[in-house]
Amino acid sequence: MANIQEKIAKQFPEATFEEGEILLVNIPDDKWHDLAQFLKGDETLHFDHLLTIVGMDWVDKFGCVYYLSSSTSNELLSVKVTTEDREQPMLQSVHDVWTIATTLEREVYDFFGIIFLNNPDMRRLFLSIDWKGYPLRKDYDMSPENNPVPRENERQEDVTYTYVKDEKGNVEKKTVTIFEPNDFVVNIGPQHPATHGVLRFRTAVNGETIKKIDFYSGYIHRGIEKLCEGLTYPQTLHFMDRMDYFSGHQYHHALCLAYEKALGIEVSRRAQVIRVLMDELARIASHCLFLGTYCMDLGATTMLFYTLRVREQILDIMERTCGARMTFNYGCIGGVMQDLHEDFVKDVKELLAVIPKNIKEYNELFIGNVIAKGRLEQVGNLTKEDAIAYGVTGPSGRASGWACDVRKTHPYSIYNELDFEEVVYTEGDSMARTKLRIAEIEQSAKIIEQLIDNIPEGEYCVKVPKVIKLPAGHWFQMVEGCRGAFGVYIESDGGTSPVRLKLAPPCLPLANVVDHLTQGSKIADLITISGSLDYIVPDIDR
Amino acid sequence: MRYDEWKDNEYIEQLVEELKANGTNVIVGSFDKLINWGRSNSIWPLTFATSCCGIEFVSLGAARYDMARFGWEVARSSPRQADFMMVAGTIVHRMAPVMRRLYDQLAEPKYVIACGSCAISGGPFRNSYHVVKGIEEIVPVDVFLPGCPPRPEAMIYSIMQLSRKMRVEKFFGGVNRQEKIEEFLAAHPEEELNA
Repeated sequence: MANIQEKIAKQFPEATFEEGEILLVNIPDDKWHDLAQFLKGDETLHFDHLLTIVGMDWVDKFGCVYYLSSSTSNELLSVKVTTEDREQPMLQSVHDVWTIATTLEREVYDFFGIIFLNNPDMRRLFLSIDWKGYPLRKDYDMSPENNPVPRENERQEDVTYTYVKDEKGNVEKKTVTIFEPNDFVVNIGPQHPATHGVLRFRTAVNGETIKKIDFYSGYIHRGIEKLCEGLTYPQTLHFMDRMDYFSGHQYHHALCLAYEKALGIEVSRRAQVIRVLMDELARIASHCLFLGTYCMDLGATTMLFYTLRVREQILDIMERTCGARMTFNYGCIGGVMQDLHEDFVKDVKELLAVIPKNIKEYNELFIGNVIAKGRLEQVGNLTKEDAIAYGVTGPSGRASGWACDVRKTHPYSIYNELDFEEVVYTEGDSMARTKLRIAEIEQSAKIIEQLIDNIPEGEYCVKVPKVIKLPAGHWFQMVEGCRGAFGVYIESDGGTSPVRLKLAPPCLPLANVVDHLTQGSKIADLITISGSLDYIVPDIDR
Repeated sequence: MRYDEWKDNEYIEQLVEELKANGTNVIVGSFDKLINWGRSNSIWPLTFATSCCGIEFVSLGAARYDMARFGWEVARSSPRQADFMMVAGTIVHRMAPVMRRLYDQLAEPKYVIACGSCAISGGPFRNSYHVVKGIEEIVPVDVFLPGCPPRPEAMIYSIMQLSRKMRVEKFFGGVNRQEKIEEFLAAHPEEELNA
């Protein structure tokens, strides 16, 4: 880390540093673009993956915290850029350095009204174009009269805007067309059985060939980040079940780890093992459901019944311990909510016994099927470079040859003691993404096998203060959700509720990459490609 | 659930009483019974899910809970072929006009089940700036189904409740006319809709 600091300080003397778990670089806005290019371009630093952009409103100033990671050394770095202008805050865009920044900057613009100069697409991302105000600003007026429930269809524009600064320093707003006037635009979604929720694609087609896709989200934007600012720390936990509802356990794990890190709480070994067991069970259930619904999208309805058989068995195990089928709310600060059910070990062993048989069946029924091969192989090829540039993590990134499993790259909890393989394929097509998930089921089962016989005795939840107050500061924690790297950023001022709680979901980059993957393919492949990425829309929208 | 609890249903009794108040024609009444018997045993849902509750709806369709037993298995993707929509999940500002349009596209007689606490009142997201506080602001609701998300068994109960409601309704001169929408428009005048 000292090495990174030295290197940056040599090139950019104006940068200041804050030591911490992750090095934080403060840089003035006019140098930010140069620093970004240096960070990515330098061979030893090589920060090529932009994890997230955390927009911030510190009342006296606006700013962004960029979290970067290197795909070669797995180092993490954060960069803070601020502006004091409250009337028209502006920052440099880094969309030409990291492709995913185009969309992440749109999100920050939507929530904080920070304009990113040179970003080619400065529209709102989640809220409609007529929305008044920027909701995550501290002075936002929440009253419903301000933004009533719309009764009319939303206004639609075929153009977007970009803000460019000329030599004299004047900012000019330019119009950019999304679709040409003679483009034939087909609307897919938000109510469509194969978009996996309420996502909307405006698709320009040339005959059957896709020319361009403009994705619209926000049809399930529930404002979780803003809601968390008004709740106490333990209360914020239950939202984690309702974002990516298959990765509820992992997301709980992430937020609990972040809080425990801030509070300096040491979690008992038993609780850690229970959490990892639940994470991996959830991963198996999630990948099973993926396979079922994906096959259903492709027209193979029966697969759903085969894969849900295993999922129901896992849900039974979870229900016995956690008391719910889907929204478990199981992890809590200091451990888990309640102890394991007495039959847990027996039930899990029964499950482990049936998994290999089921996987064999899935392979026979679907993966080896000629029709499936024809529809999936060489469809939607994603290269490793593009996966990193678009920030596609999780199984979809690993299918493109990018070893990005957070359990291996930034081990948390007890993952570094466990023996499991990070499955990486290099094909990068839809078939690889599907097969990789089946291989991950096997690896998760392997982890469970190692742990199930030696769950240590001890308390399942350590004693924590009744009123939880985080010390002033900020923390970042990543875990591997079922669909990719999930990050949480917490900023506290020492009170009982967070000043800012940013959730960096893995599914936003996944939905964002659909346009890139489908250009030039047939429209029938859109379902194949978007299905194989396996995004969950409430996770995109939060 | 015990049988006497299942029979104990004030809402349906009240509905029956209202319908009986003016007496029923013998012939029309018999036809009503016949048609309602058919209608109530093949209610087709619209595949409409925004979030978590939708996944429980998928479980409902799969082998264990198997809604096909009751004649509800044909989940339609087009609202024009469906009888009712189960609003499974949070409805937010951006989705509200879309949902309203879907409701308008359902063929009469149509029904709505508000599934889960988000659809009923906004649920855990009630205080959010972008969430509709209950779908009754947008469409009339026939059955409210609490839970976060409701278990598949609860979903079965809610659809059965809907089917009982259908069975006691007056079909001729009743629900086959667009009275419900008129009633709704009277309660929500045009100016308010356009405001």
